[in-house]
Amino acid sequence: MTATINKPARFSGVNSGAKRKVDTQLRRKLGISAYILFVLVPIYWLLNMSFKSNEEILGGLSLWPQNFTLDNYAVIFSDPSWYMGYVNSMTYVSLNVIITLLVALPAAYAFSRYKFTGDKHLFFWLLTNRMAPPAVFLLPFFQLYSSVGLFDTHLAVALAHCLFNVPLAVWILEGFMSGVPREIDETAYIDGYSFHKFFLKIFLPLIRSGIGVTAFFCFMFSWVELLLARTLTSVEAKPIAAIMTRTVGATGIDWGVLAAAGVLTIIPGLLVIWFVRNHVAKGFALGRV
Amino acid sequence: MNWMAWTLPTAIFFSVIAAILLCMTLYEVRSPCIERKGFLPIATTRGDRLFIGLLTSAYIHLAYVGLTDMSLWIALGISCVWLFIVMRWG
Amino acid sequence: MTKVENNKAWFLVLPVFLLVAFSAVIPLMTVVNYSVQDIFDQHTAYFVGAEWYREMLQDPRLHDSLLRQFIFSGCVLLIEIPLGIAVALMMPTKGRAASLCLILLAIPLLIPWNVVGTIWQVFGRADIGLFGWAINSLGIDYNYAANPMDAWFTVLLMDVWHWTSLVALLCYSGLRAIPEAYYQAARIDRASKWAIFRYIQLPKLKSVLVIGVLLRFMDSFMIYTEPFVLTGGGPGNSTTFLSQTLTKMAVGQFDLGPAAAFSLIYFLIVLLVSWLFFTTISHLDKAK
Repeated sequence: MTATINKPARFSGVNSGAKRKVDTQLRRKLGISAYILFVLVPIYWLLNMSFKSNEEILGGLSLWPQNFTLDNYAVIFSDPSWYMGYVNSMTYVSLNVIITLLVALPAAYAFSRYKFTGDKHLFFWLLTNRMAPPAVFLLPFFQLYSSVGLFDTHLAVALAHCLFNVPLAVWILEGFMSGVPREIDETAYIDGYSFHKFFLKIFLPLIRSGIGVTAFFCFMFSWVELLLARTLTSVEAKPIAAIMTRTVGATGIDWGVLAAAGVLTIIPGLLVIWFVRNHVAKGFALGRV
Repeated sequence: MNWMAWTLPTAIFFSVIAAILLCMTLYEVRSPCIERKGFLPIATTRGDRLFIGLLTSAYIHLAYVGLTDMSLWIALGISCVWLFIVMRWG
Repeated sequence: MTKVENNKAWFLVLPVFLLVAFSAVIPLMTVVNYSVQDIFDQHTAYFVGAEWYREMLQDPRLHDSLLRQFIFSGCVLLIEIPLGIAVALMMPTKGRAASLCLILLAIPLLIPWNVVGTIWQVFGRADIGLFGWAINSLGIDYNYAANPMDAWFTVLLMDVWHWTSLVALLCYSGLRAIPEAYYQAARIDRASKWAIFRYIQLPKLKSVLVIGVLLRFMDSFMIYTEPFVLTGGGPGNSTTFLSQTLTKMAVGQFDLGPAAAFSLIYFLIVLLVSWLFFTTISHLDKAK
């Protein structure tokens, strides 16, 4: 008796449960799609503009280019003062990533494995440099880098970006390194490895995803920064972001070229994120999940 | 170093800070300090108390400059007393 | 993990220490030096004591931009944190769709900040931008270059577009760290979705959320490039935030003394807030 009553009830319960599940699934998909659409449409608009001539851009709104043209890109790739901006940006960003990783790796190891006098305060002091607005340090930067003869060099920008990238790198790497059990270190030392050999041969391969993610973050924050890079350069090492302001000419803004230059600044980021896509989420949590 | 525009007061200020840090480090190496709980809401070490004391001193000075026209020496006096209180009982 | 007491570790930290000291401590000292002097040129400077601090603390420019700054950072946190959590909850959990979502979400974070400004500058215009055109054709008069409210709305929308992904990706990685067994137990107990969120997901998200709030607060507190490109701080001064006021003073008017005093007041605020956050984070770490 009970079974006959229960059965349909349970069936309908399962049914509505399954249906509800499908509903939630659908709603989640719709929600995430809507958000991604919100993220992509402004970028699409930039892309769309970069394939139009200025007359078409100012002539009226169209969802895709009516007269598809690559002229805007041609302007950039044929003029050294344009494309050297990309070369400059890439140069100081790569320099910055290398310097940052070289100094941050040993430091992060020290923070994750040892207690030493003033460690907590040192760590906090490093973080305050990540948090401090670059505008605060900006006043004397010009004089500082001029006095050591680095003004308008790629190295100057790379060093200046270390201000916020080194603390971030130490923070992320420390998170990843703390995930490696210290028994591994001890076993290696017992087996007669020297510190250098252990660090290079065993430890670094263990946290290589962490290193990749850290490099990605350093790349990203150095690539997107403009204030310091613009202040420390004038001609030789001028970043692309600063050159883009040139599009404001006597005849108004050259929208097409501006859009094309903007699109080209997005591409390096896309290429880099592809390599770390599987670890990037953990990296965003600073290796602390 | 000319571009750094040093003045005597700021030079003294930074020397004092450096001296305090040096003394604290030596003291710490000699007799490491244990975290304890004073009147501050969190457990602190000596270094934490120094930092809290210095930061609040900076704010005391700012409030003093912003709100009154009196001599800064008074603010300095208040800050020193406050720093001592935090270091001793914080 | 228990750590070994070893002061030789200082040698490993020394390079970082020297490097950051070079680009942080020397400039900071110089700023302090500037802030107590009236500087005409390299060789002519007069000691003025705390005069600039007094002037800056009573300067309406500082008050206004500080107030705007706090309102802006507050709005940013109020919108981006819940929205980021929601997006993270909606993201697919595994497979290619998840990777694709991650990459697409990360795109705004990889765009140079001035390009972000440019994108929204174009996108929000009524004549050549889709967004501005769409709103205007709905019959709403929208012009971010003339109306302060519209400018604020656009700057906020831009920041949400730019940075919500960071919160979402943080939360996503936090959610992935929850073992499947927790969800199974909840299913057996027939816990509601709200209960699952409140008692399983939210506690696990706590540590990443603190990092998210810290990064979002600090980065929005130093925002400069995006509003500078988008609105130039206008109309009037309605979207001029702290960094821009400071840069205007330092570069535009070349008032080194007052700008230095302003920098230090700004720095002290940042120092206090980051110390509060840092203390919270280390307490959470310890509690674990």
